[in-house]
Amino acid sequence: MGASYIPFIVFTTLWAIVGIVLPFVVPKGPNRGIIQVVLMLTAATCWLFWLCCYMAQMNPLIGPKLDRHTIMILAKEWGNSPITLAK
Amino acid sequence: MGSLFRSAEMTLCQLFLQSEAAYACVSELGELGLVQFRDLNPDVNAFQRKFVNEVRRCDEMERKLRYLEKEIKKDGIPMLDTGENPEAPQPREMIDLEATFEKLENELREVNQNAEALKRNFLELTELKQILRKTQVFFDEHEGGVNPTESMTRALISEDSIARQGALGPVQLGFPEKSIDPEEFFPCFVAGVILRERIPAFERMLWRACRGNVFLRQAEIETPLEDPSTSDQVFKSVFIIFFQGDQLKTRVKKICEGFRATLYPCPEAPADRREMAMGVMTRIEDLNTVLGQTQDHRHRVLVAAAKNIKNWFVKVRKIKAIYHTLNLFNLDVTQKCLIAECWVPVLDLETIQLALRRGTERSGSSVPPILNRMETCEEPPTYNHTNKFTSAFQALIDSYGVASYREMNPAPYTIITFPFLFAVMFGDMGHGLIMALFGGWMVLKEKQLASKKSDSEIWTIFFGGRYIIFLMGLFSVYTGLIYNDIFSKSVNIFGSKWMVNKNWTFENVRNEESWMLDPAKTYEFEQVPYPIGLDPVWQMAKNKIIFQNAYKMKISIILGVFHMLFGVSMSLWNNLYFKNKLDIICQFVPQVIFLCFLFLYMVLLMFIKWVSYAATNDPGLLKSSPYCAPSILITFINMVLFKPSKVPLGCDDEMFAGQMVIQKLLVVCALICVPWMLLAKPIIIMRNQKKLSYSLSHQQMQSAATENGDASVGATDQQPMQNATQVSAGHGGEDEMTEMFIHQGIHTIEYVLGSVSHTASYLRLWALSLAHAQLSDVLWNMVLSKGLIVEDWRGGVALYVIFTFWACLTVSILVLMEGLSAFLHTLRLHWVEFQSKFYAGLGHAFQPFSFEVILDTASAPVEE
Repeated sequence: MGASYIPFIVFTTLWAIVGIVLPFVVPKGPNRGIIQVVLMLTAATCWLFWLCCYMAQMNPLIGPKLDRHTIMILAKEWGNSPITLAK
Repeated sequence: MGSLFRSAEMTLCQLFLQSEAAYACVSELGELGLVQFRDLNPDVNAFQRKFVNEVRRCDEMERKLRYLEKEIKKDGIPMLDTGENPEAPQPREMIDLEATFEKLENELREVNQNAEALKRNFLELTELKQILRKTQVFFDEHEGGVNPTESMTRALISEDSIARQGALGPVQLGFPEKSIDPEEFFPCFVAGVILRERIPAFERMLWRACRGNVFLRQAEIETPLEDPSTSDQVFKSVFIIFFQGDQLKTRVKKICEGFRATLYPCPEAPADRREMAMGVMTRIEDLNTVLGQTQDHRHRVLVAAAKNIKNWFVKVRKIKAIYHTLNLFNLDVTQKCLIAECWVPVLDLETIQLALRRGTERSGSSVPPILNRMETCEEPPTYNHTNKFTSAFQALIDSYGVASYREMNPAPYTIITFPFLFAVMFGDMGHGLIMALFGGWMVLKEKQLASKKSDSEIWTIFFGGRYIIFLMGLFSVYTGLIYNDIFSKSVNIFGSKWMVNKNWTFENVRNEESWMLDPAKTYEFEQVPYPIGLDPVWQMAKNKIIFQNAYKMKISIILGVFHMLFGVSMSLWNNLYFKNKLDIICQFVPQVIFLCFLFLYMVLLMFIKWVSYAATNDPGLLKSSPYCAPSILITFINMVLFKPSKVPLGCDDEMFAGQMVIQKLLVVCALICVPWMLLAKPIIIMRNQKKLSYSLSHQQMQSAATENGDASVGATDQQPMQNATQVSAGHGGEDEMTEMFIHQGIHTIEYVLGSVSHTASYLRLWALSLAHAQLSDVLWNMVLSKGLIVEDWRGGVALYVIFTFWACLTVSILVLMEGLSAFLHTLRLHWVEFQSKFYAGLGHAFQPFSFEVILDTASAPVEE
């Protein structure tokens, strides 16, 4: 439905690299385990947080309610709708 | 391995030390700081131990050093702190040290005494000088004949004497006045010096005691004088009292004594006075040179001492610590050898052996020390290898409770989950950046800041948690990016996916105050979400809170459930490690099932709702339109209550096919878990015990039978005894069983109710995040935006002032206070919601004998 694949893939690979690839290349040492845990948890939490935000906006049930002035300004600044409103 | 995930493996060791080598060995161990000694004579009074004498000598040395330090500080001489760490000196060096300190102390005391005597002398002379100078003025006035100023004192003199004065004209007081009363004619004045604040009382007293028959003149000494005993600066006044008669003289003198006024001889004749003044001046000058020399000497002594004092402190404290430790040891029968017991990390045994060998070599002893591992059933102390990064996180955990021995340590996971959950509540790029910069600055300047050793407690706390603050800041920047919130404003990096037409004019929206963009219309919503974070349009929307609440509440629950599941799964690792099969089957499995089937399912429903309901204008898709989208919470409540959910007309009552059946199944399974958790473990244990006792009693019966057969006489005595033990064992077993049932009951109730309340508790993530966002929004609208609307040059000035105000409020309220509250809530989420799932925290911390720790704590009170 409302998902676009590119950001999903980009972001997921980004965090997958942090959380899955990087832990393998951590240099050996007494703190290796800690660094691995830190990397994996960072990736997991950050990815989950982004994912939730993304999915919450995939199929919005409501739209933003804007007041008149905001709309006028947005129309001027962003003004990106392809269709002229026929009203 | 094993760093931080579990506490280090410990072993109890017995240590045999040759008497001569003991000191050197303990010193080496103290440098190492890996050994915790046990007190082997706990019943021996502290004053009856072997090395009391040495400890006392050390105390005495420390006292002398403190005296020296005090004197050094008094003179403001900088103490050289090279930060070097001298080794503990040999015991024979102690005598040298003692002698040095003794000499220094005596010298200093002597110098101080001399200086004090000199100063007292100096004070007296200065006072005399002042008297001579001031009284000169009085005498001059009288010789001049007219009092230019009518002092208060004058008014106090009785009518009578004024009348007499008036009659006789100017009176040369202090000189014989034969013409009036030849009998009462004496050199009748005294001069002295008194503290300035005592003057009024002194004056009154004189007036009353002498019935107004005295005349007091006083003048203030402008420069403060130094009191030699306390070396305070005091203000004094010169006074001169005129009177007549012997009686009055004694009275006046007594009063002066009572008021601690010092009287000085003051010649009557001006020539004598001048001569005296000259003499005083020369003596003062002489004294000054002597005083200067004394001070120089004192300064030299102190400067020499200041170079070494830190070093000496370290040495003495180390010696003292060593003797304190030696006092914990046992003396063996032959008196040749000391026996110690200590807890030692198994992995560090080799290093300890090496240290011991070094100690033996240093002391020149030929017999090597012996380190024996001992078997014990005691619970070993918990020792986590931390470094400067992890120690702050470990401290957060330890302040809840020190982990039981070899238990899973939550600290490594807390390193990330703590800043993350904090950031969920504190999500704002601007505020996060401020925090990260502050933390980063402390991390970067770590060495300089640490060596400064501030005594401000708040600073110490901040500095101790610098890595936490840094990480919290970084994560806040990330969550701020996702919330798209920077000082309550959004940034439009990727271009909003909501569209407004370029040609939209005022007429289009004339009729309405506000307008809602329709997500179903492709020309108002691009149908794909903003790639990273919330769409910036929401920041301006009037229904921003409605949208954000739905989103933030959901993520709070999602994060919470995952966090709790993580906690529960940690208990699996604990049980696997301690080979607790029973707990896995009777606790871990039902716990996981309970949590997953109810709460993880709810999380799943949230994702399903996000995917399967969309805004649409197509009537054919009514069933997946916002009109039909069910509330997850209501669905969940209905699911637990086995009620069918009420749906609006034309909607499906299921979010996916077979939902009702699956839900019922899930709830039933979850409910089965409750008695499983409650009863399975005690029942299994009870059955095992019965089996055991049955087999035991069976054996006993058999043995009794054989005994009966062999020796019928002995058996008659033994039988009742055995029965008695059995009965008591049975009783004890029953008590234990009820206790176990109660314990299990509490545990189960706690878990089941806890799952509900803890899940709800994670809603604080939403609440605090909302509060934070709203507060920063209010601050922007109420403060900063006021500065942005003033026009022309006044705007600049206004903005300058308002921005300062806004920035102060932002830092103090939003970063500091909100940060603190978010920190505390995060701490609670970790201690209660997360750790209650697996963490016992019943251990006791490993407290190694370490010079580093001892020196740190010893120098701390001096810093005050």
